[in-house]
Amino acid sequence: MATQPLNKEFYRQLGELQAVDFVLVELTLYLDTHPDDQKAIAQFNQFQQRKANLMRQFEAAFGPLQEYGNSPTGQRWSWSEAPWPWQV
Amino acid sequence: MWIYEKKLQYPVKVSKCDPKLAKFLIEQYGGADGELAAALRYLNQRYTIPDKVIGLLTDIGTEEFAHLEMIATMVYKLTKDASVEQLKAAGFEGHFADHDRALFYHNAAGNPFTVTYIQAKGDPIADLYEDIAAEEKARATYQWLIDMTDDVDIQDSLKFLREREVIHSLRFREAVEMLKEYQEQKKVF
Repeated sequence: MATQPLNKEFYRQLGELQAVDFVLVELTLYLDTHPDDQKAIAQFNQFQQRKANLMRQFEAAFGPLQEYGNSPTGQRWSWSEAPWPWQV
Repeated sequence: MWIYEKKLQYPVKVSKCDPKLAKFLIEQYGGADGELAAALRYLNQRYTIPDKVIGLLTDIGTEEFAHLEMIATMVYKLTKDASVEQLKAAGFEGHFADHDRALFYHNAAGNPFTVTYIQAKGDPIADLYEDIAAEEKARATYQWLIDMTDDVDIQDSLKFLREREVIHSLRFREAVEMLKEYQEQKKVF
């Protein structure tokens, strides 16, 4: 289980990230079958920026979301620490 | 290469211990039309399907693993605090005798997952029609699971998954049309 109690801010930022990621999953599948839709590509790029910003914010507060070098680790290895997604 | 992301695709809130519901939900974990079958089916078909639809199979196959983790989270949360008595009362004793509260890839009736649930025909149209059917069958299962519970939090997560099946089915239908166009073009020259 969680090593420290998670605050409201964790759930707020996580929810925001999940919402933006949902848009990106939807646009990804849509673009897979509509690769010439320029409006969708513009929307994708806009949300991709938002995702990058939200990820940076979230990771600074709660640790890396991805590893293998896809997220910064800082001075401490917190990637392998709980809570895992099914524990929150 | 795959990258894991340390979050669920969509929130899974479980407010009560309900092993009976977990027993039904496991259908979408290790059942014929479940998320594991879907992920393995699409990712495996990629190698021999025309380039035009490899991206779609990769992305939908990857999303299925996110759904598998959501189902696992539901089953885990619904059973983790259950006493042995509660598990027995819920008809979960067959699972408990072999696996304790560990998850296992089997369906609601206890049949272990088998790769015979899925096919790879090497015929792009046949493969995509199987994928469309798989999505529609999974959508139907999610509807029945929604009907079987009055837990509004679980219903919310299941409705999200049901809607994803609808979108995947739609995208696969579009992929069929893309391939038909492509095949017709080839005949022209």
